[in-house]
Amino acid sequence: MKVGVIDFGVGNLGSVMRALEELCVSPVLVDRAVDMHANDCLILPGVGNFSDCVRLLEAGGWVDALRDEVLGYNRPLLGICVGMQLLADFGTEGVGMGRGDETPGLGLIPGRVENLRTLGCAQRVPHVGWNEITCTQKSSRLLEGIPDGTDFYFVHSYAFVPEDSSDVHATADYGASFAAVVQRGNVWGVQFHPEKSSRAGFKLFSNFLSVSIC
Amino acid sequence: MLKTRVIPTLLWKKFGLVKGVGFDSWRRVGPVLPAIKVYNQREVDELILVDIIAHCSEDELDFESIEEFGQDCFVPLTVGGGISRIDQVQRLLRAGADKISINTAAYERPDLVAEIAARHGSQCVVASVDVRSVDGGWRCYSHAGGSDTGREVVAWCRELEDRGAGEILATSIERDGTMEGYDLALIESIAGAVDIPVIASGGAGNYEDMVAAVSEGGASAVAAASMFHFTEHTPAGAKDALDAAGVPVRKTYIQTGQ
Repeated sequence: MKVGVIDFGVGNLGSVMRALEELCVSPVLVDRAVDMHANDCLILPGVGNFSDCVRLLEAGGWVDALRDEVLGYNRPLLGICVGMQLLADFGTEGVGMGRGDETPGLGLIPGRVENLRTLGCAQRVPHVGWNEITCTQKSSRLLEGIPDGTDFYFVHSYAFVPEDSSDVHATADYGASFAAVVQRGNVWGVQFHPEKSSRAGFKLFSNFLSVSIC
Repeated sequence: MLKTRVIPTLLWKKFGLVKGVGFDSWRRVGPVLPAIKVYNQREVDELILVDIIAHCSEDELDFESIEEFGQDCFVPLTVGGGISRIDQVQRLLRAGADKISINTAAYERPDLVAEIAARHGSQCVVASVDVRSVDGGWRCYSHAGGSDTGREVVAWCRELEDRGAGEILATSIERDGTMEGYDLALIESIAGAVDIPVIASGGAGNYEDMVAAVSEGGASAVAAASMFHFTEHTPAGAKDALDAAGVPVRKTYIQTGQ
């Protein structure tokens, strides 16, 4: 199967590619929006600042193309970290660049992205390190074989707050409970970094590839 | 609940890993790649990899070696040494780094920290601060401990936080390599002054030192080099000791249902 890793100018792309290779797939780095269509599923990685990412997505013509792929062609998409946050309607990180209080995201899963502080976290931010997730849906195919309490590697200051709580498939807790895994239709997002979560991360990637096949 | 990280620090110079005492008297430890592979197999929480001579070279960073080192690392990898421009950060992230560590360049051009944070997010920026005690206070040193910046440590760490650093890697130069324990007062001062995570570094000699850095110093993570290179202590042993002391640590993943 063809797995496209979206390269819009940010992200720890090397790590994501290597983790996928470890699962015996040959991921392709997709650096032009027009090339997305040739893939069976897409991964939107992220290490970055929300509004800067949106600016880059817009500049590269990714926003409409991604919406077409996901909504028009039903292409499975997995957003990682900021890549998950970008699925939202709005983000509040890095604002004040002439956009007012918020930056529009891809709008693929209704909701907004807030600072952990705004969500009530009084601990050190960013939230860096291994933290356990708790599944909030009875059967989430992305989390098959991954029991509650499994530790994943997080590194973020903002979190995705979906409008519809049934889009949240797992939560994590860091001074406040926040969405660790979201899903709406063929769009998935994980706040943590599966590519840096050793075997638990490989399992999650392999689950994503499985749901993408059928 | 967030887990306390145990982080092996790997210092490399040209072709191999080295480790010194007080940022001096370097000993060769061995090749880099096998060390990374072993740590990856043992699923350490994170790795810090620093090129200790990159800052004094005019040459471009050794991206090829970083790419090679990152090939077999499926845990978070922080890469440091000689980073002075934002385009280098992007190349390192492509090569396999997940976070980058800035030290000398932050003193020379503090805006660099803000620029990297604006582009790649604060969580990507680990500000490394090397500290020596001077006249009853703590002073920051740049150029791998070689140059007194004149900056007082707590004020500098606050400035780094304000400029967008996501973590502070606080290293005591005097404790480095001695295995006599972290400078707990230093760690406590920094951890008490900033709201971002602080990684204790420099001086760990046994598991109790690590427990103390967390419970007394308020560190969010503990880094060590000599202790892992030269003694029987392991990151897994450190986590067991932290766990026994009531400090939460990451559990090994066990797949269910198959």
